[in-house]
Amino acid sequence: MNAAAVPLAVPDRPVNGVALTIVIILFVLVAVLGFFAARWRREETTGLHSLDEWGLGGRSFGTWVTWFLLGGDLYTAYTFVAVPAAMWATGAVSGFFAVPYTIVLYPIVFLLMSRLWSVSHRHGFVTPADFVGGRYGSRALTLAVAVTGIVATMPYIALQLVGIKAVLTVLGLGSAENVLLTDLPLIIAFVVLAAYTYMSGLRAPALIAVVKDLLIYLAVIVAVIYLPIKFGGWGTIFDSAEAKLAAVNPATGKPVGVFIPGATSYSAYWTLALGSALALFMYPHSITGVLATKSRNTIRRNAAVLPLYSLLLGFLALLGYAAIYAGTKPVDLNGSVNPQLVVPQLFLDHFPAWFAGIALAAIAIGALVPAAIMSIAAANLFTRNIYRDLIKPDATPRQEAGVSKVASLVVKFGALIFVIAMDQSAAINMQLLGGIWILQTFPAIVAGLYTRWFHRWALFIGWAAGIAYGTIAAYNVVNPVTKAHFGGSIAAIPGTDVQVYIAVVAFAINLVIAAALSLLFRAIKLPDGQDITRTSDYGADENDPKVAQIQRKYPLAGPGTPTF
Amino acid sequence: MSSPDVPTRGPARPGPYVISGILLLAAIVVPLFVPAYSIDKPRLYGIPYFYWYQMAWIPVTAALVGISYWLVTREDRRRRESVRGEAGAGEEQ
Repeated sequence: MNAAAVPLAVPDRPVNGVALTIVIILFVLVAVLGFFAARWRREETTGLHSLDEWGLGGRSFGTWVTWFLLGGDLYTAYTFVAVPAAMWATGAVSGFFAVPYTIVLYPIVFLLMSRLWSVSHRHGFVTPADFVGGRYGSRALTLAVAVTGIVATMPYIALQLVGIKAVLTVLGLGSAENVLLTDLPLIIAFVVLAAYTYMSGLRAPALIAVVKDLLIYLAVIVAVIYLPIKFGGWGTIFDSAEAKLAAVNPATGKPVGVFIPGATSYSAYWTLALGSALALFMYPHSITGVLATKSRNTIRRNAAVLPLYSLLLGFLALLGYAAIYAGTKPVDLNGSVNPQLVVPQLFLDHFPAWFAGIALAAIAIGALVPAAIMSIAAANLFTRNIYRDLIKPDATPRQEAGVSKVASLVVKFGALIFVIAMDQSAAINMQLLGGIWILQTFPAIVAGLYTRWFHRWALFIGWAAGIAYGTIAAYNVVNPVTKAHFGGSIAAIPGTDVQVYIAVVAFAINLVIAAALSLLFRAIKLPDGQDITRTSDYGADENDPKVAQIQRKYPLAGPGTPTF
Repeated sequence: MSSPDVPTRGPARPGPYVISGILLLAAIVVPLFVPAYSIDKPRLYGIPYFYWYQMAWIPVTAALVGISYWLVTREDRRRRESVRGEAGAGEEQ
């Protein structure tokens, strides 16, 4: 049978030929760029045969590349699809909190990340768990941080696929009857992504991010200027959104959504923003972006210029309301309403096909950048903190890079199977839990940047308590309509009826236990781990010698100890 | 311990750190104080106050972080130069 003759779409959703062609052309362009990236700023003597080169792009990215890389890494395709979707479906509390979230993020990044950069630069740390291992000398705590990072990242990668899927569905690729055909374009896209990530490492997403970000800025700026003019101004758009969100949902007897939060939603709104901001730079893929920078101050400079992306995200969120006014119908292949199709559908409905193609390509390519970085970050965690620490302590840099490359493939195909085989809501639930879990590594990583006051076992038990509480609390949130568990990330503080983000309560429990047990463990003189870092390490810059160099200069100081 | 603690920076002056700390704290706390902005009017180009106020905080935060960057890196450079100056003098002897 001739494969080309098989119709890729059922008649209910026609293929948009022009838009699809643009998407395919841009995708091919980006793939070529991804393979070319292997030769970009290449270290000629060693090639890509070390984690510093393959997994951190040679630790050489300056302000501009970092701006594009972190912009593509933090503001993922899923964000661009899910935030307007949440605005469209339930309004401000679940959607617009992304704006204060990405505002308060940057002062926090400014405060924390240059210290992490300095100590990692000195000691050659590649992952946050490397740092925790070096600081606390605790295998258990290192492993806890590494495993949390990997487990939280996996569903995040899967959600990037959900973003691509939304674009493909709107383009008319896919059918309700034939699952394999529906997923074929997704599989092809992912195999290509896996291939150039394997070849080029972090250089691939760094180069692709430039193209992707320019496309997405173009798409959103045009949409934000053109659509309000077409629809008769922002006033009418907001009025129609207010009317829709105030309507009463017959299943719950409550309004569908929140247009402007009332006093009962204040705590949910700000804890969601703060908790998410604290958690974001605990994700391994964010830290990978930070450690790939050239100097201590690159990340600080970026903290001042990255907010431009927050502005983009804010306007994109408002497009969710524009879709309410426009009456956009996000109907999925099986006929159900899928809010995640709202923004792709909006572009397709109201723009010429070629421009819609550019916007949809920007979203689809936007999924490839974070997916690549996340898989690299998870692979680095596996290589450094499981393979090297537990299996092969004397692994050479070349072996580490080899293991990491293969691990990045495994991680990506795991995410692919996740999305194809399981229900989409499973990935969303896991991502929700991932956000709660990753915040529980905050005390170990961040407190360690400033002080050794916390005891390693206190931090470990605090982490475990935070994870346990967060998981149970999230399980107990029941969706009022579908009666399914993991119905949201908001729950009352135990013993009160103040609604807050679960991760923040779990974090507070974690911190209190870690502090109390630190006092206890110090009082009973439980052995503390070895700390290989020095005060001076936390202020080191690119021109300061690395620890390996200092040891060469002062050989009498004794043999160096690796992470443990 | 495997290596001597070679200082990378000289002692800090508190001024720049205190000022930038206050600026950064303001950039975290003020946008999270929801009661200040959970209202509809006044609207700007039809956009309710709740929405445009928060969007307006994005450039404000960028500016606050930018000022902090300027303050802290200037002090950082001074601290590095002070310790390099001493080290250089030590090597000549």
